[in-house]
Amino acid sequence: MTADHQRSKQWLLTLPSLAWLGVFFVIPAVLIIITAFRPADLQGGVGAGWTMETLKVLGDPACLPVVWRTVWLGAASTLVCLALALPMSFQIARVGPRLRQFLLLLVVIPFLSNFLIRIFAWKSLLHPEGPLTKLLIALRLVPEDALLLNNAGAVLLVLIYTQLPFAILPLYAAAEKFDFGLLDAARDLGAGPWRSFTKVFVPGVRRGLISAAVMVFVSALGQYVIPQMVGGASDEMLGNMIARRVFADRNLPHASALAAALLLAVLVPMLVVTVWQRFDKKEATA
Amino acid sequence: MDDFLVIDRISKSFGPLRAVDDVTLSVSRGEAFSLLGPSGCGKTTLLRLIAGFERPGSGRILVNGQDITALPPERRPVNTVFQNYALFPHLSVWENVAFGLRMSRRPREEIRGGVDRMLELVRLSEHARKRPAQLSGGQKQRVAIARALVNRPQVLLLDEPLAALDLKLRQHMLKELNTIHEQVGTTFIYVTHDQGEAMNLSGRIAVMNVGKVEQVDTPERLYETPRSSFVATFIGDANFFTGTAVELQHEGYVRVMVEGLGSPLVLSNGAVTSNQTLRLMVRPEKISLTLKHPPSGERVNAFRGIVEDIAYFGSHTRYRIRAGEHSILAQLQRSRFSGGEIDPARGTEVWMTFHPDEGRVLKLEDAAP
Repeated sequence: MTADHQRSKQWLLTLPSLAWLGVFFVIPAVLIIITAFRPADLQGGVGAGWTMETLKVLGDPACLPVVWRTVWLGAASTLVCLALALPMSFQIARVGPRLRQFLLLLVVIPFLSNFLIRIFAWKSLLHPEGPLTKLLIALRLVPEDALLLNNAGAVLLVLIYTQLPFAILPLYAAAEKFDFGLLDAARDLGAGPWRSFTKVFVPGVRRGLISAAVMVFVSALGQYVIPQMVGGASDEMLGNMIARRVFADRNLPHASALAAALLLAVLVPMLVVTVWQRFDKKEATA
Repeated sequence: MDDFLVIDRISKSFGPLRAVDDVTLSVSRGEAFSLLGPSGCGKTTLLRLIAGFERPGSGRILVNGQDITALPPERRPVNTVFQNYALFPHLSVWENVAFGLRMSRRPREEIRGGVDRMLELVRLSEHARKRPAQLSGGQKQRVAIARALVNRPQVLLLDEPLAALDLKLRQHMLKELNTIHEQVGTTFIYVTHDQGEAMNLSGRIAVMNVGKVEQVDTPERLYETPRSSFVATFIGDANFFTGTAVELQHEGYVRVMVEGLGSPLVLSNGAVTSNQTLRLMVRPEKISLTLKHPPSGERVNAFRGIVEDIAYFGSHTRYRIRAGEHSILAQLQRSRFSGGEIDPARGTEVWMTFHPDEGRVLKLEDAAP
């Protein structure tokens, strides 16, 4: 079989997923970007003609704190997720096959119930009359008048809860391929358990780490249900702002401008990571 | 023997399996020592016990008088060359070698000097900046050795150091390992399943079988005077006969009656009593073949047999000879000076002879069928 033939076969195989991406991702993204340059009409639709006016919404001083909050909540939840997922994936990859299957099942189980229901569960857990709050007060871990709901802390907590599996799964995939014999070598050469972990395991799964970081950070940037349900009035994220532009202000072009900005903010780091991983792979096997 | 590395009654079980069973060994400073045995004999477990990756169920391990049994691997004066080398893929050759010194927080100058010197020793200086993935098998092996030796371990453990290399490279590395050992003078402990490797690399060998040490000796003594049939078959080939001691002679010779063969005179290991059942061992190459009846005498062991099978190996030829119940292996070197006798063909009747000093009486508990 010729190389050309092989290549055309590969293209045929990827065609369905390419079509899927085109129809459900590229076309909507382009539509959003186009809409961002349209004027709004009074009925909440999109007017005729072109305008750059909408871009001003990005410079709106009310927008800046929301962007900042979105970024720090995303970054903080990413860091915590990675910090939790690293030792978890390490352990899952080390245990025997039966226990491993079970632990992986536990990681995926939350997906079996509806996202909204799980957020509601957190709402009742964190409620001042909720069981978790009462337990923490009883254990004297929080003061009696503690408010665990409707603040940035609650948003961060639920973000971490929601995204943890997205950090564990890529990290586990990397850890599973990791040669644990390298840890013996590290110990043999004088590194204690902690330094073996940080100097050998963590660099060994760095690609998984990067994938996990991107997965978590990107999905955090787009969240709007969590801040709306467990956050307070001043815990709005970019997603909420976009939703408000669509549903309350009925200004699709403004919403599109925000969404397009978010889209670019997500795509650029992903592109950087992809290029870096290519480079890293090439260097490792050259 | 100066008892530099002492393994004192070490046992290790995995569930019901006694991987290492009451092993006691003593290795001198600077010695090259091998643990030899088939897979599953416990040699790798013993190595991991010395390195600290496994904790023994009982017993002690001492290095230079210091009891290291309770120490974690990172605090033992021992370094390991792993079978698959276990080089850190994310670090360059130079950084791999520097790893141990960095972990012990040596000054920068010392690290640089030590690593450069080590890379020179294993002749990899020009590859210092490469990643392990860019190296050949032999080069990886040398990085692994440098990475371990740079820490100046009291004992260097090498787990099947040549197993992953192809034949040609293996012979080269054999020489290389011996050179490195001579240059650094560190105590080397090899683990191998290959008797040739062990005999080439080490001054003494411990032959292990099902968790126990069968015999510790020089390669030559293991081959010439094995104490058990396991050792005799694991190192080289052997013919075994079971017989009864019929006549004890002076200087440790004993005449043994072997049913269906005759009564050869052999050298015993000492404690043999009359009428005792014994096991005899003769190496195939110690048996010579003649067509004519050899000159008879008190000290000549000669038996008649028929050539059943011939296998030509180039450097030597192997004959399988049938003598009654017995099937005996003899190995001859084809030589221009072999006395002009023609090579025996299949079906030829031949005389097998061996000198009494070449017959061995094996460990007595081994005599039981």
